[in-house]
Amino acid sequence: MAWLGELDLGTPAVPASTAAQVTLTIDGEPVTVPEGTSIMRAAALMGTSIPKLCASDNLAAFGSCRLCLVEIEGRAGYPASCTTPVANGMVVQTQTSKLKQLRKGVMELYISDHPLDCLTCPANGDCELQDMAGAVGLRDVRYGFEGQNHLVQPTDASNPYFDFDPTKCIVCSRCVRACDEVQGTFALTIDGRGFDSKVSASQNEDFLSSECVSCGACVQACPTSALQEKKVAEIGTPDRAVITTCAYCGVGCTFRAEMRGEELVRMIPWKDGKANHGHSCVKGRFAWGYAQHQQRILNPMIRKSINDPWREVSWDEAIAYTVSEFKRIQEKYGVRAIGGLTSSRCTNEETFLVQKLIRQGFGNNNVDTCARVCHSPTGYGLSTTFGTSAGTQDFDSVDQSDVIFLIGANPTDAHPVFGSHMKQRLRQGAKIIVADPRRIDLVRSPHIEAAHHLPIRPGTNIVLLTAMAHVIVTEGLADEDYIRARCDWDEYQDWAAFVSERERSPEAVEPLLGVPAEEVRAAARLFATGGNGAIYYGLGVTEHSQGSSAVMAIANLAMVTGNVGRPGVGVNPLRGQNNVQGSCDMGSFPHEFSGYRHVSDPETRAMFEKAWGRELDPEPGLRINNMLDAATDGVFKGLFVQGEDILQSDPDAQHVAAGLAEMECVVMQDLFLNETANYAHVFLPGSTFLEKDGTFTNAERRVQRVRRVMKPRNGYADWEIVQLLANAMGLNWNYTHASQIMDEIALLTPTFRRVSFDAIDQYGSLQWPATDEHPEGTPTMHIDHFVRGKGKFVVTDYVPTDERSGPRFPLLLTTGRILSQYNVGAQTRRTDNVAWHPEDLLEMHPHDAENRGLKDGDWVRLTSRTGETTLRLDVTDRVAPGVVYTTFHHPDTQANVVTTDISDWATNCPEYKVTAVQVAPTNGPTKWQEEMRERGRISRRIETVAAE
Amino acid sequence: MNSVGKLVQMANDIARNLEAMHLPDPAKATADHIARFWDPRMRAMIFERVGTAGDEGLLPTAVNGIRLLRDRGAPAPQTRATEFNAVDEVGHSDAG
Repeated sequence: MAWLGELDLGTPAVPASTAAQVTLTIDGEPVTVPEGTSIMRAAALMGTSIPKLCASDNLAAFGSCRLCLVEIEGRAGYPASCTTPVANGMVVQTQTSKLKQLRKGVMELYISDHPLDCLTCPANGDCELQDMAGAVGLRDVRYGFEGQNHLVQPTDASNPYFDFDPTKCIVCSRCVRACDEVQGTFALTIDGRGFDSKVSASQNEDFLSSECVSCGACVQACPTSALQEKKVAEIGTPDRAVITTCAYCGVGCTFRAEMRGEELVRMIPWKDGKANHGHSCVKGRFAWGYAQHQQRILNPMIRKSINDPWREVSWDEAIAYTVSEFKRIQEKYGVRAIGGLTSSRCTNEETFLVQKLIRQGFGNNNVDTCARVCHSPTGYGLSTTFGTSAGTQDFDSVDQSDVIFLIGANPTDAHPVFGSHMKQRLRQGAKIIVADPRRIDLVRSPHIEAAHHLPIRPGTNIVLLTAMAHVIVTEGLADEDYIRARCDWDEYQDWAAFVSERERSPEAVEPLLGVPAEEVRAAARLFATGGNGAIYYGLGVTEHSQGSSAVMAIANLAMVTGNVGRPGVGVNPLRGQNNVQGSCDMGSFPHEFSGYRHVSDPETRAMFEKAWGRELDPEPGLRINNMLDAATDGVFKGLFVQGEDILQSDPDAQHVAAGLAEMECVVMQDLFLNETANYAHVFLPGSTFLEKDGTFTNAERRVQRVRRVMKPRNGYADWEIVQLLANAMGLNWNYTHASQIMDEIALLTPTFRRVSFDAIDQYGSLQWPATDEHPEGTPTMHIDHFVRGKGKFVVTDYVPTDERSGPRFPLLLTTGRILSQYNVGAQTRRTDNVAWHPEDLLEMHPHDAENRGLKDGDWVRLTSRTGETTLRLDVTDRVAPGVVYTTFHHPDTQANVVTTDISDWATNCPEYKVTAVQVAPTNGPTKWQEEMRERGRISRRIETVAAE
Repeated sequence: MNSVGKLVQMANDIARNLEAMHLPDPAKATADHIARFWDPRMRAMIFERVGTAGDEGLLPTAVNGIRLLRDRGAPAPQTRATEFNAVDEVGHSDAG
């Protein structure tokens, strides 16, 4: 498609490191470009568009359409400008009589076998074939239209978001190349030759059944309407675009929201997006329809009891009721009897205001966020070792990695655009070591094969990391020059002595790990000697009883091999949600203000007290799990929840339900009535990312703009609702725009000193710290030294989790995510993404299934010491024997009814990845599932206001 | 498990893992950790638990750390994880 308002330069830029420049003449004008640039791109940079159809600046040059021919002085023939690099002194003509004749001939051939229905075609006005016909001056087709053609072929409408109409296809191969080069799925090919050539998904399957992951790169690449978004066909072509940031995962893809009026037509990944470089996944590109879903709540509601139906009320009544209830509760039970949860999906400005409401309004520090249950161990672990836990690299760093060690993460599912980027590097020759109990796609998929897959037993991360350290130290592979320069040498020696002990060796721990010792040794040697070594990790590391310790062990490994402080290396936590980094930056933890300053620090507290006009609590508040414990103790009675569903996402669901049930006022601010709302007394309808201004901070510390593209259907942006609450409490807030909130953040938070909406508009994005010293932000940290001094080696002895498999529960359950659904599925389940994952499945190895008389597709009961649930079985060898796996995207599954209250020792991050379970056949849902369904049925009744 | 039981488990986990880090004074580090991250009621509950039931069910490092905190107040930071940014400091992160 023609990119609305964006220039396609035809072929990719050469690497930024290219120093040599070349000067040539194009159409009589001199132009200087980096060596290796194509003539096509050089011409485009000087403002001359050479006609093209098969070229696109995010794909390698292909040279098939023969439209982009040029004449080069001193060279015979008419070379394609896309595949011809510039040379010093070259003289190029882009428009001559012969070239015009050749181009018309090419277009005649294309149009002779193409429907002439431009006026009713969805791509009318947005079609490169149409543009090129105009550009070359095509007026007739001398071949006529009576010959053999491809004008009668069925359309593949299987994909819920786009159609494939082969009659419009010109076999330029852009879609195939996009799937290969950009996405890395290799789902498409050109089947047949010559006249029989056609685009084929997998083995001539329809798109939905094929390996296509619906990222949309092919649709974006298509120059005609052969691949076309259904929304464009339905609504028409867009006429304006607004740049905004995705509200799904921590990659933080930026998009052009292409609009017609206030109607969103499509989301096109922004080429200049620093995190995604013009690519996206199925969720960001297509799954935004939840904003219009019929289940979306648009009016405030209250009820006295969770057994009553909801009653729709005015905003004034809902806000007044909330405030009066919280006041009553505090008068009866004490100041610390209420608290709140910020949302890692709301903007920085919104989470800042929620923690401000709690600290200034509630008068306590009972604020927490979902980072508690995912990467809080990253904070603890990297602070201890590096002195700061900010991500050390940006995503582009992977382009310079030689060896990637991926542990406890599955980026092709959970961070898909970064997963594609990683695969590009792997196809260039980098090696990957994967430590995961499952055979994830990065172990083996088209053109990708891990050098080593270490399918360790759940709960043994530290054992593996220590065994690898053992190999590196005892085989003399440690980078001692680096360690002496950048780390504490004495601490290193203590640590080295520890890891060198015989009982830490791969051979000694092989029975515990479940991985051959020689494989561990080979992986360690590769990481230590293979060049730039980068470690990427995720919740498979943090969501354990020793999560924080495992993060420290990872940091130790990076330091001992000298792999911190330059591009291509580093310790890279893959942070989950779109703004989980931001919500932590904004002070969402109960022990610290924004900017990671402890609430007990008198100077920091004085600064906030002066700004906010009241005395603030100097004591740490309650974490989420502690709030629930306090609730069951009868002393915590009120909770404000913005954009979270703790009943579905937090562990030990029965305990969460018990805690919520004890509270006297639970206030939900959300889009839909979720599981937690079953226990709520006030529902304040929230807004989506399409309906507000603000910023998100992605996993690279990159602060990017969220821009409103339509009016909020509920009437208010989320931050405006929090302001209503605050003013009803007498706090006198008077923000009129989200930018003012960021200005306050900048005033009170040193790391954000130079962040503002204007600055982000100027630079595109800012990676904090953005200070007076670094007003444009800080892409890479710890370049010459760690922020807080020397790197610290920390001994991390293995402490086995209390959660052990045994005769009663012989299997270990681990949980994770899938590409098409997102977290608890609140958004994605209300889009057409349900086509791919309509239910959570339990993955089980064939041996374990056979031992239990189970077969693929059976209903099974999954039981732990905490609870039980039922779901359908998926028999697969992706998991090792003894391990089972499921996702948590569907509330009916109640996956977290089986997870336990065991958590990371330092941060209480739940141990989702290790639960001892048993699996058996079943013929119906569990009592808990039935109770939850009934609770949902009772709880979701709504009495509408009678018409007057 | 009731709340006090959970606090005992948490204190033991903290103590055990701080011991596993081979720190010079894991009891002091336990006191430091509890001081920085536990709210006043949780601290009061564990103090009372130690006061009434002594070291029953608690690791020695845990009970020593709790008594140290109860009797002498929060020690200086014992690990870098409990050294938070100063009012105008930049760069530390506790991000999840």
